Amino acid sequence: MVSASITLGAAVGVFGFVFGVGAVAAGGSVAQACVTSLLVFTGASQFSAVSVVALGGTTSAALGGAMVLAARNAVYGLAMSRVISGSLAHRALAAQLTIDESTAMASAQPDPVAKRHAFWITGIAVYVCWNVATLVGAVVGSAIDPATFGLDVAFPAGFVAMVAPHLRHRRGLIAAILGAAICLVLIPFTPVGVPILCASAAVLVGLPTPDAAHADDLPDEPVLM
Amino acid sequence: MSWSLVLWLAAGAYAFKFLGLVVIGSRRLPAALDRCLALVPAALLSALVVQGTLSTGQELVIDERLPGIAVAIVLAWRRAPFIVVVGAAALTTALLRQL
Repeated sequence: MVSASITLGAAVGVFGFVFGVGAVAAGGSVAQACVTSLLVFTGASQFSAVSVVALGGTTSAALGGAMVLAARNAVYGLAMSRVISGSLAHRALAAQLTIDESTAMASAQPDPVAKRHAFWITGIAVYVCWNVATLVGAVVGSAIDPATFGLDVAFPAGFVAMVAPHLRHRRGLIAAILGAAICLVLIPFTPVGVPILCASAAVLVGLPTPDAAHADDLPDEPVLM
Repeated sequence: MSWSLVLWLAAGAYAFKFLGLVVIGSRRLPAALDRCLALVPAALLSALVVQGTLSTGQELVIDERLPGIAVAIVLAWRRAPFIVVVGAAALTTALLRQL
């Protein structure tokens, strides 16, 4: 389990590197990229905010989509509250590590003690790798012209990789197509970032109660990133 | 990118984590809300793909990014690792820009 956590941490490092490169390509400083990863520490939201800024979106537009994406960490927190106990300070620290990877690794363990260990080991491994990789990416990104190396497509390509597992169940696929369509239609008519926020309306396809014939409608475990 | 964005992001992201783990704790959410929240990544990530591939500011643009992302989609569908998906997309776009 420890080696699985560290492997996962290393894999996350690749995302962190891409985030660092993209953040400086979007006009951020190395310090801004690093502080974002240290304090925000939730990949998809960070990517979303920076990609809106990169295309000229305002701070509030960048925040909107990022916050909708961050909301799922609250759901992970619900699941982890059965695993993490102790003082308020202890749980407040655990909250910062409540992300896709730590929740997924903890959920995969058979008993409460193993779940707790998996949560902390994975959370800490991912935190360290994510932040070191962001620093490296930001430094490298500052030294080169990202467009020459095609690095401006690193974010959308990263989003493609992140969304792929969600398309393998029916409602995920419908929500993805709807979200993409809403965004495409709104781009010419609304400020940058607003189409992303409006695309969240596509989650309403989750409202009807699934019938038995479509039991595979939704993932019951967090899908990584 | 501004410092105020960085700090707002940090505050908002932490608030959601704290809300779930500490404030709501082991109480259960309505099932319909649970199902909708599970679809957030699918809806928003695909919108972000469209925005990052087809737009420059408020304009819809088709350029060298599109073939790069097409390569990314094929590779992701074939379950290629993250670094391969991103690397191949960047390489495709970079090579087309050299033409």
